[in-house]
Amino acid sequence: MTAHAIELAANPRAPAGNPMLPVPYRVERVRRETYDTFTLEMVPAQAPGLAAFLPGQFNMLYAFGAGEVPISISGDPNDCPILLHTIRAVGAVTKALCALKRGDMIGLRGPFGSGWPVKQAVDQDVVILAGGIGLAPLRPALYHLLHDRRKYRRISLLYGARTPEDILYLRELERWRGQFDLEIDVTVDRGGAGWRGNVGVVTTLLPRATFDPAGTIAMLCGPEVMMRFCVLDLRKCGVPPQRIFVSVERNMQCGTGFCGHCQYGPAFICKDGPVFSFDRVEPIFGKAEV
Amino acid sequence: MEAGEQFILEAARLGELLSALAHQGYEVIGPSIRDGAIVYEPVHTVDDLPRGWTDEQGPGYYRLRRRDDDALFGFNVGPHSWKKFLYPASHRLFTATCQQNGTQGAFRIVEEVPSRQPRYAFLGVRACELHAIAILDKVLASPNYTDPDYKRLRESTFLVAVNCTQAGATCFCASMGTGPGADSGYDLVLTELLEGSHRFVVRAGSSRGADVLAALTTRVASAEERELASSQLDHAAAHMGRQLDTGGLQALLYRSYDHPHWEAIAQRCLSCANCTLVCPTCFCTTIEDVTDLSGDHAERWRRWDSCFTTAFSYLHGGSVRSSTKARYRQWMVHKLAAWIDQFDESGCVGCGRCIAWCPAGIDITAEARALREAQAAGAHAP
Ligand SMILES: Cc1cc2nc3c(=O)[nH]c(=O)nc-3n(C[C@H](O)[C@H](O)[C@H](O)COP(=O)(O)OP(=O)(O)OC[C@H]3O[C@@H](n4cnc5c(N)ncnc54)[C@H](O)[C@@H]3O)c2cc1C
Ligand code: SF4
Ligand code: SF4
Repeated sequence: MTAHAIELAANPRAPAGNPMLPVPYRVERVRRETYDTFTLEMVPAQAPGLAAFLPGQFNMLYAFGAGEVPISISGDPNDCPILLHTIRAVGAVTKALCALKRGDMIGLRGPFGSGWPVKQAVDQDVVILAGGIGLAPLRPALYHLLHDRRKYRRISLLYGARTPEDILYLRELERWRGQFDLEIDVTVDRGGAGWRGNVGVVTTLLPRATFDPAGTIAMLCGPEVMMRFCVLDLRKCGVPPQRIFVSVERNMQCGTGFCGHCQYGPAFICKDGPVFSFDRVEPIFGKAEV
Repeated sequence: MEAGEQFILEAARLGELLSALAHQGYEVIGPSIRDGAIVYEPVHTVDDLPRGWTDEQGPGYYRLRRRDDDALFGFNVGPHSWKKFLYPASHRLFTATCQQNGTQGAFRIVEEVPSRQPRYAFLGVRACELHAIAILDKVLASPNYTDPDYKRLRESTFLVAVNCTQAGATCFCASMGTGPGADSGYDLVLTELLEGSHRFVVRAGSSRGADVLAALTTRVASAEERELASSQLDHAAAHMGRQLDTGGLQALLYRSYDHPHWEAIAQRCLSCANCTLVCPTCFCTTIEDVTDLSGDHAERWRRWDSCFTTAFSYLHGGSVRSSTKARYRQWMVHKLAAWIDQFDESGCVGCGRCIAWCPAGIDITAEARALREAQAAGAHAP
């Protein structure tokens, strides 16, 4: 068993009872992050306290009548009186979720899945590569690393967005950059008039980041093609596959391994993932139609 | 009565078993003829059973034929499997009602409590099917998550197994180590004997099985009768219609993702999903959330789904497995390889249903063999 698997065993699992029955939550605040992405702040409508979660875990969110979708937790795992989910409105259910207002109700099941290897990263350099909405599932890992900052060596966040208007958590990124204990580099695919930052894919930021390849843990979340190129470049730098962690996405209906939809080769993404060390998925990663 | 002791129940007294089960409050489900096939339905008397019938099966082929005897279980398996009762094809998970007209403001979720909680007794569960049920147990009642409806139905179900004394042309349970004789997991097991008088060798596999057995008019089986029953199982094992070489099969399939043979299968496969619907271990489902016209009342339904549909792998922007090739590959690699990683055993119990009910006659054993031979040929190529 790998160190990562042991971390899973300590996973605070879903509440007892029927795992298919949503628990009511109330929206406390809706924060607009970009033109199509919103962060919902929510609290349990009845039961007191929030279920503990690991950075990287997700919940199944139910918008009344519209449906239910998997959404990663995007808040701070060490300080969570309020549960945060950052959602990009792309289809029927995510649009319904993003249209919610303060006081509205949401059904929630979870938390599900494995987390980012924050324990394994102790005393290591950490390189975080995020693409688009992929920054949301990584933010709890960042909070956790910064909370225990002295336990980690260099930390780099390399973030790629489509345009400057798509950059998530802008104010927070600026604040973190000002702390000087974390390297942050951002790039966009298409710049535009006012943009004087980097233009290009996220891998172009990698040569500028400082890390010791053999003593690094890399955490990747974004579109599959983006992660594929990041893995290639990280390996070229000398980071071994078992130190690279990717978050894989597949259709998901239940979160409990019952529905079968999220199968990815030998794994169920909902319970064995969504975070995998690259050596576990290497034979099928990037293969067409798996 | 000693554990594992075998008794004789005359065929003319099989009705006593049905009555004893009904008396204990079980709803007896067993084989019955409907629309030209042997299906699983409520049975009330022995006359509901397919007396004197057998099934002839082949790739894309299933016909009922009269036997020249009065066998009550003289057939193998039909299009139904027991998952139909333990994990129904459609099931309402909850209803939700909006408390302020048509807005998301507040709603209440009410868990579905079945108005009727049936207790089933399955009569005629084949050895491969006992294994299929044990596989569903691992999927739906795992240490982490348990489906409460499945668990309740499963725990209350009484299983009467019937050993297979003949193998069908599409059967390969001997290859999968799941039959033809039932080894465990039953409450009672019957072996039908037709030579001499028509009778059953009966054995209890649980204390509730022993209780039911004690209520029947039986006598202790003779050494010859026990010997006859076991020789019939040996004969069935030696006459399997099909074989699947499972040696190294998992690794072989994992090596075969890019093999051109998947394309050759896709030329024939209609992506109709029949194979997954008849398979006793296929468990995939989809979730449907629906509202009524007022928008105040919502329901969530769980329905059987299949990896052969396009929607199955849909992600925002398109389906991951858009080609038939990828879907057949997913199905077969899951059944025979990934399942072993997930649940420590193969997902195939060798019942042959997917072979008989495939309109294109695609045969999982033949396709596995073809992949093996193609790889062997490739390995020996200069
Ligand atoms: C583990 C995990 C974590 C995720 N975390 C986030 C997050 O933090 N923020 C965020 O914005 N998005 C996240 N997603 C993606 C999000 O679940 C999809 O965008 C969402 O399901 C789309 O649903 P829709 O009804 O709005 O879109 P439609 O295109 O209308 O989709 C219809 C249905 O298809 C299924 N489906 C479509 N796309 C996906 C998908 N990508 N993943 C799973 N099922 C899908 C759903 O059942 C959905 O209801 C995550 C996905 C997974 C698997
Ligand atoms: S894969 Fe085919 S032979 Fe195997 S258990 Fe399923 S239906 Fe039966
Ligand atoms: S293998 Fe046969 S039964 Fe299965 S989807 Fe293809 S055509 Fe249908």
